[in-house]
Amino acid sequence: MKPGSVAVVGAAETTELGKLPHMSNIQLHADAALNAMADCGLKPDDIDGIATARENPIEIAHYLGIKPRYVDGTSVGGCSFMIHVKHAIAAIESGMADTILVTHGESGRSQVGMTPRGINPAMLDGQFQIPYGVTNPPTMFTIPVMRYLKTYGVDIEKVANVAVVQREWAAKHPRATFRDPLTVDDVMNARMIAWPFSLLMCCLVTDGGGALILTRSDRAKDFPTKPVYVLGAGEGGEHTLVSQMSDFTSSQAFRIAGKGVWESSGLKHSDVDHLMIYDAFAHLPIYGLEDLGFVGRGEGGDFIWEGNTRPGGKLPLNTNGGGLSYMHSGMYGMYALQESVRQMRGTSPAQVEGAKTSLCHGVGGMFSASGSIMFSNEAP
Amino acid sequence: MSDKPGRPVPKATPETQHFWDGCNEGKIILQRCKDTGKAYFPPRPFSPYTGSRNVETFEASGKGVLWSYIISERPNPNFDMEAPYAIAVVKLDEGVQMMTNIMDCDQTPEALQLDMPVQVTFKRLTDEINLPLFKPAS
Repeated sequence: MKPGSVAVVGAAETTELGKLPHMSNIQLHADAALNAMADCGLKPDDIDGIATARENPIEIAHYLGIKPRYVDGTSVGGCSFMIHVKHAIAAIESGMADTILVTHGESGRSQVGMTPRGINPAMLDGQFQIPYGVTNPPTMFTIPVMRYLKTYGVDIEKVANVAVVQREWAAKHPRATFRDPLTVDDVMNARMIAWPFSLLMCCLVTDGGGALILTRSDRAKDFPTKPVYVLGAGEGGEHTLVSQMSDFTSSQAFRIAGKGVWESSGLKHSDVDHLMIYDAFAHLPIYGLEDLGFVGRGEGGDFIWEGNTRPGGKLPLNTNGGGLSYMHSGMYGMYALQESVRQMRGTSPAQVEGAKTSLCHGVGGMFSASGSIMFSNEAP
Repeated sequence: MSDKPGRPVPKATPETQHFWDGCNEGKIILQRCKDTGKAYFPPRPFSPYTGSRNVETFEASGKGVLWSYIISERPNPNFDMEAPYAIAVVKLDEGVQMMTNIMDCDQTPEALQLDMPVQVTFKRLTDEINLPLFKPAS
């Protein structure tokens, strides 16, 4: 890809976030998409490409009145939207689409009109995972962490602290679900969900959505919004059964996506002004910092503990409060992308002064997949 | 009238039937790539290391170590262990990892020590399925 060839010209979340039983899943997609179109002055007829996860993208396109010549239904969990952005770059650069809408809508809490998830006892998870009492992501995504803690001699308090720091950022965001400050003791003493993970180390469950509109950068000047250029992109994968993660202290999916985003953008760690690492659980930012190469192995917890990622720190991270404090509908990647775009536009309530670049890194499934996007507000 | 299995029951597929047949006999039957000698899991009739169909089954020792775990506090009406119960991954001596529960053991951080030796045990769920589980090695 050519860094900066494609830009985000439209971006918006759903009008509301949180508890939205009055909106079905598909309407959450539409609400976000309509807001993103209004953001940049486009109509459905102007959109020729559609990307979404979990739902059939044709259903979303039809509901919105879009006639796509580009369709991406990549559905590998919460990082799907980063991957949609990466695929959109290739499509737009090659002329296979001009204006791509990436949508997300998820009635994760209220469960209104969701695509059902079934359990099939003959599939691999039905045979080798489900029989062992897993219920929800807190009972799966967290399993590798005890091995990480032992390998590097890290205390669980360093993981609990991730939630504390992110709450400092959420306090600046009026739309964040939880904004009151936390202490490490608050997090450690919260109700235990899947030891060693307490409730406050697990993501929220809320309703909402978001949408992005991407097009060629040389068209971006025709739009009313400040263009956010895509400088690089990576995607990767590993497994769909957490028991098969080859290294419990490091994500192969993260490493592959990270390599892709660094190589395609040509940037260095010191070039990154703002960072988002999808935090389904409090250990994710630690794994992300290490697998993206910002810190050495086993050093992620200390890096955060020492204040480097908090307001005023040298590497602002998860400046919306993250999945732990801002919102999390089940697949969170779109909300991380929205905060990266706000930071590049200069419109975040938690604005990092003068930020020129933002790296937005997501996870899908239980460390199954990953997508990583490098944004800038300066054309290369 | 048979007892309800008490937990979700696996269903064998043509590619995993040999594994479940082995479990019925109280054995863990793994496969290994004949070219590299490396074992792999879950079962499949080819090597994920080489893409070759040159693989063979073999009986594993049934021994391994506790690799990692969490202790779920959430009540689970579809499960025969009462919360809190651990969901663990064991690493077998042959190198493969399997999800499991740790039986005959307090479900506490003090009792569940990473790297402690474990050995396979089985729980019959139905006539077809004898589920592999692990317990601290004696």
